[in-house]
Amino acid sequence: MNVMAKPVFEIEVKIRNADGLHMRPAMQFVDIASQFASDITVSCNDNAVDGKSIMQMTMLAATHGTALKIKAEGADAEQAIKALRELVEEKMFDEPPLSNKTA
Amino acid sequence: MKISELVCFDAIIPELKSSERDGAISELVAALGKASRLGGASAAEIAKAVIKRENEASTGLGRGVAVPHVKHAKLKDSVVAIGRSSAGIDFVSLDKQPVYSVILLLSPTEDADKHLQAMENIFRHLQRDNFRKFLRQSQTTSQIKDLIKEADENPSL
Repeated sequence: MNVMAKPVFEIEVKIRNADGLHMRPAMQFVDIASQFASDITVSCNDNAVDGKSIMQMTMLAATHGTALKIKAEGADAEQAIKALRELVEEKMFDEPPLSNKTA
Repeated sequence: MKISELVCFDAIIPELKSSERDGAISELVAALGKASRLGGASAAEIAKAVIKRENEASTGLGRGVAVPHVKHAKLKDSVVAIGRSSAGIDFVSLDKQPVYSVILLLSPTEDADKHLQAMENIFRHLQRDNFRKFLRQSQTTSQIKDLIKEADENPSL
């Protein structure tokens, strides 16, 4: 049997919205990650969690400025990484960055 | 951060009177109010804020638990109230199953990082099958109190 290696893509992103990865952003992340067939692993410091599990993603407690490593493994890994990077770094989960936040 | 330092032991309700989501939230907020843990806010305004947040997206993440929460400017510190329902409450959970344990988390608006750490702490315990099982089976305030204290000391719980 001819076994093809699954494509693996990995990227590091920074949390830029002021409130960090709280439950609502975590849900957005899981929603997008779940649209892809690839396995998604997210790690921060020493924790590595399933990017499709809302409980596990919330457990990362990734505050503003935290770097996350996102790894996708599967046929659509490249597209998954692209979509997730856009959500975290460009859309910033549709939330304000730190500088624009009024106390 | 210890979960026993987050939980307000005077706001543990071993049997929620309400079998509805908003009623259960209000009971827990009222208990925190009675324990003087709401800063300058009234129980009514905090309950309203929690319910508004809950309406945006359910915090019932499955496995019989829900973690309703909100950040509010008038709160002084992160605080947790715990309620249990043997009948089960409809939280419009992701897995569509009833909720038997409600962990309410309130945090001050300005401390987003502490809020995240509190959330991490709560889910670290809720992820464990034993912790969820024992919480669901606890019938008195003191049983829940013991469970919370033990959870800090025994990471396998």
